[in-house]
Amino acid sequence: MAVHDIPFSPRRIGAIVLRHLYLMRTSWPRLLEMVYWPTVQMVLWGFISVFLQHNSSYIAQATGVLLSAVLLWDVLFRGQLGIALIFLEEIYSRNLGHLFVSPLRPGEMICGLIILSLIRTLIGVGGASIVAIPLFHFNIFDMGLPLIAFFLNLVIMAWGIGLVIAGVLLRFGLGAEGIAWAAIFALQPICAVFYPVSTLPAWLLPMAWCLPASHVFEGMRELLFKHTFNSEQLMTASLLNIIWLGAGILIFLAFFRAARQRGLLLQVGE
Amino acid sequence: MESTLNSLAASDPVIKVDALFKQFDQVIAVNGISFRAERGHTTALLGGNGAGKTTTIAMLLGLLIPSGGRITILGEDLLLNRHRLLHRMNFSSPYVDLPQRLTVKENLTVYGHLYRLKNLKSRIAQISDELNLGELLNRRYGRLSAGQKTRVSLAKSLLNEPELLLLDEPTASLDPDTADSIRTHLEQYQQRTGASILLASHNMTEVERMARQVIMMRKGEIVDSGTPDALVAKYKKNSMEEVFIDIARNGEMSNVSSKEGPNSESSQ
Repeated sequence: MAVHDIPFSPRRIGAIVLRHLYLMRTSWPRLLEMVYWPTVQMVLWGFISVFLQHNSSYIAQATGVLLSAVLLWDVLFRGQLGIALIFLEEIYSRNLGHLFVSPLRPGEMICGLIILSLIRTLIGVGGASIVAIPLFHFNIFDMGLPLIAFFLNLVIMAWGIGLVIAGVLLRFGLGAEGIAWAAIFALQPICAVFYPVSTLPAWLLPMAWCLPASHVFEGMRELLFKHTFNSEQLMTASLLNIIWLGAGILIFLAFFRAARQRGLLLQVGE
Repeated sequence: MESTLNSLAASDPVIKVDALFKQFDQVIAVNGISFRAERGHTTALLGGNGAGKTTTIAMLLGLLIPSGGRITILGEDLLLNRHRLLHRMNFSSPYVDLPQRLTVKENLTVYGHLYRLKNLKSRIAQISDELNLGELLNRRYGRLSAGQKTRVSLAKSLLNEPELLLLDEPTASLDPDTADSIRTHLEQYQQRTGASILLASHNMTEVERMARQVIMMRKGEIVDSGTPDALVAKYKKNSMEEVFIDIARNGEMSNVSSKEGPNSESSQ
């Protein structure tokens, strides 16, 4: 069976391609991810374009409205990512089996993930906010106490989403890793980070108003443009967050139970 | 730990498995097995790849929910009292890692906290002495050799001085000298604490040395069981290795104990 070796083998290249095609064929999260980013980016910037066509003086009206939106958006993004990444670390290190043969309860795991997410978000967004002061002469802390309300509502919504993603990772393994990074961006156009909710088409409005973040960003714009704190928006966001976080916890626990039924805690991976 | 051990009568099995069944979609991984593991001794769970050993161990650890049957550990129902029981058990396998970027000491500290151990620093120092981990304590787990990782995993599994220790190939990838010292340590631990061990191993020398009772599995069922000497005699072989090969290739020799292991109530 001696085979003459060649320095550059199309067949070997084909083998590598085939290895990953096999993987993609059986992994819907990987397929989804391929079309996900271009679509989300197109939708987001499409809405921004539509809005700016009719409101070209928008940015000039309030100093830092885009920077505020970006920084608060990052609270949502980092908060969610904080939970998903910590969970991914356990999968990378194949440590879940050891963790869950210890007396660790899923509820304790959830609390640990939330604390770590909070630390990561404070460090990440806090650092960026401080850098923005000398760089752009923009101080997000000038918002005062409302900033705490905005932060809390965004980070709580992020935990709800992060826990759902952690559950998906537990159920589908590293095949769903892309979702951990990307899922939150599906909500970005709908929660109207860079433009008012009214920019969205009528059929999307009910969905937008179900997102706590939409109320936070509306409240942020009202504070920046009108210098008034809309407590009604924040109250609605807080009530919605009870549902979002509660649903996140229940979905994580359901995925955890499914993982125990399928024996995934010892073998979760690719 | 003594008080909890004493809550079981000496004759009570440490593990009692009744009609344990696990099905994944169309595949039956464990098919209604029953067995008892004696308190204070080592029971070996043997079988070829796909025999159902890992699935059984995962169910005994509560990592996998059975499709049917009942598991009683240390006198308590596992499904009802899992978290209470997990304080009294532990597990080691070279196939389940610890966090790679943490040092050995950091890993042991994390797990010590998970088991809420008192005097954690001194416990880590003690277990490090016993398993000769002193030089490794400040090294990252991911930088260790396979054999060193196995020792650290064993140290993790002994941190809480478990009454029941489940070991999946505890000496895989260890050189003969280190493997021997690990076995000696496990035997000493067992003598000192009266702990029970359930051992899954492909090393028949290890099984002959450590196990008082052997349960042979094939295709999700228990095909035979007994002491190593009794099985060697029954199959007219020279060693457990030959018995293992015979059973793995041909199944049980007789119909003595299909689906039921040692001391299962229906066979008593």
